[in-house]
Amino acid sequence: MKGFLLAVAVVAVLYAANAVFTGALGAGLAMSPYLLQVICLAGINIILAVSLNLINGFTGQFSIGHAGFMAIGAYTSAYVTVNFGDRVHSVLSFLPSAASDGALLLVALAAGALLAAIAGFFVGVPSLRLRGDYLAIVTLGFGEIIRVFILNIDAVGGARGFSGIPKIASFFWIYLFAALTIVVVYRIVHSSFGRTLIAIREDEIAAEAMGVDTTRSKVISFVVSSAMAGVGGGLFGHYLMYLHTNSFTFLKSIEIIIMIVIGGLGSITGSVLGAVLYITLTEGFREFAQYRMVLFSLMLVIIMIVRPQGILGHREFVSFLTRRRRLPAAPSAPLQS
Amino acid sequence: MNTFLQQIVNGLSLGSIYALIALGYTMVYGVLRLINFAHGDVYMVGAYVGYYLSRKMAGREPSFVSAFIVMLGAMAACALLGLVIERLAYRPVRRASRLTLLITAIGVSLFLENGGQLVFGPDPKFFPSLAPHFDFLVADVRLTSEQTTVIGVSFLLMILLRLFIMKTRTGKAMRAVSFNLDAAKLMGISTDWIIAVTFALGSALAAAAGVLIGMQIPKIDPLMGIIYGLKAFVAAVLGGIGNVPGAVLGGLLIGISEVMVVGYLSSTYRDAIAFGILILVLLLRPQGILGRVQKEKV
Repeated sequence: MKGFLLAVAVVAVLYAANAVFTGALGAGLAMSPYLLQVICLAGINIILAVSLNLINGFTGQFSIGHAGFMAIGAYTSAYVTVNFGDRVHSVLSFLPSAASDGALLLVALAAGALLAAIAGFFVGVPSLRLRGDYLAIVTLGFGEIIRVFILNIDAVGGARGFSGIPKIASFFWIYLFAALTIVVVYRIVHSSFGRTLIAIREDEIAAEAMGVDTTRSKVISFVVSSAMAGVGGGLFGHYLMYLHTNSFTFLKSIEIIIMIVIGGLGSITGSVLGAVLYITLTEGFREFAQYRMVLFSLMLVIIMIVRPQGILGHREFVSFLTRRRRLPAAPSAPLQS
Repeated sequence: MNTFLQQIVNGLSLGSIYALIALGYTMVYGVLRLINFAHGDVYMVGAYVGYYLSRKMAGREPSFVSAFIVMLGAMAACALLGLVIERLAYRPVRRASRLTLLITAIGVSLFLENGGQLVFGPDPKFFPSLAPHFDFLVADVRLTSEQTTVIGVSFLLMILLRLFIMKTRTGKAMRAVSFNLDAAKLMGISTDWIIAVTFALGSALAAAAGVLIGMQIPKIDPLMGIIYGLKAFVAAVLGGIGNVPGAVLGGLLIGISEVMVVGYLSSTYRDAIAFGILILVLLLRPQGILGRVQKEKV
């Protein structure tokens, strides 16, 4: 009941904030369109970073093809709205247009997430059976293959890009899904299944000896993470109204990795912090665009040498304030005898 | 039949480039268990060093001597680059978790790519012709002098590497380190030195590949290392990662299959074939063609 009330409160707050920011409650309160767009893209980055952290930070497997799954979600959901949007609208014609837009978005995102999850399954099964860095290579290769395939599908615009997507994702939807992603990842990590994931991260052989089906757990974690990336991609397309495969290159995957590494692998609040920090820095240094990536890459190496666990490490931001609750990740002190 | 043979020749010359790069991946993986993501970018730097050196020699007639000097210069410069990368980036995190090592490698790779765009300029450059050009015709199969050079030089380098690893003391120490780093250390082998030598050798081979690709496909750009590096890595996995002859075999197989796909199917899928092969290898024979299954130990 408490959770339900909290959820209603979050939805209400987001809805009100959306109304204020877009100027529905008077133009004086509205935010500049540039700032609103940056904030919305930051929300999408939060979805991507938190979902990638589930596989990279909590399960300890290294995926570097998150942009590929994002692309699948983006293109699938955009295809659904553009081609079946009218039908959904006519079925839901009794609803006000905002509500039927929302329903359409949900249908489209579900389709995108489903396809991204299926792709995640087929990528994950061969590579997660093996120990070591194979997932990194396979996901990287897969991200490029997906791009090549999309570039050759004429139904989604091919090299011209996919335009004419209705703008049905807004601040409200993006942050609703960001909150949902955080809740889902939090619940997974704090469940018994989450503990098996953390056990795999800490020591795969020991986890297997304790009876964890490591391949199965890794694949589930990867599939969930891919589906969330698909949702992030779907929101991305419906917010910017245009998709091109250039948005989903290897560099996009690396950006998401930089976010979670800055914030802390294995920390949800760290990922949120990293995503916000990253977009603030990139927008702030827009004038020095050519030096930006050089600096970021140098920062990545230096962070790895000086503080490999990222800013927050495995801990959550809240635990810094209260110092009471720690993640189950923290190893318990050995018993004194 | 002739087109088929022609494709085989084209595939061999592309494949020997992949093989040269794959050797660096497999050697570094052998000693450090690290996928050196920056290796493809070292190859890119090698191509650029070759480009600037050959611009310096622009006044002279194209000859094999100047080509040789350019290649040696590029190899020396990249061996140095490999040493610097190992010393500054990888050595401090060598004892950290593999994930840390992997992220460091990605960071170095990004640094070289973006630094390359800054220093060399983002536009592609055109490699001047180094060696005199002529064609051989063997039973209706056309062999350009560039292809012959590429195949000849890479096989020469591979044989030299093989001799180095099998016959010299340093080579023996390299094999020992790749077998078991800690045990090698206990036997009095300076593992730091051996790892440095491995990086220098691998980077020099990548630089040679960079100059050779410049002679064959004269367009070079700062991001060329990504896709070549990835395919070479797939080649190393296909042959069995950590296995030197395997890297050569894998490189040639990837090169030939890529040329076949372009020749008989469609050029749009040229980059997809390598990763298709990778997924098949991981499903059917994860240790690679020549690799041996390693027992997991706690």
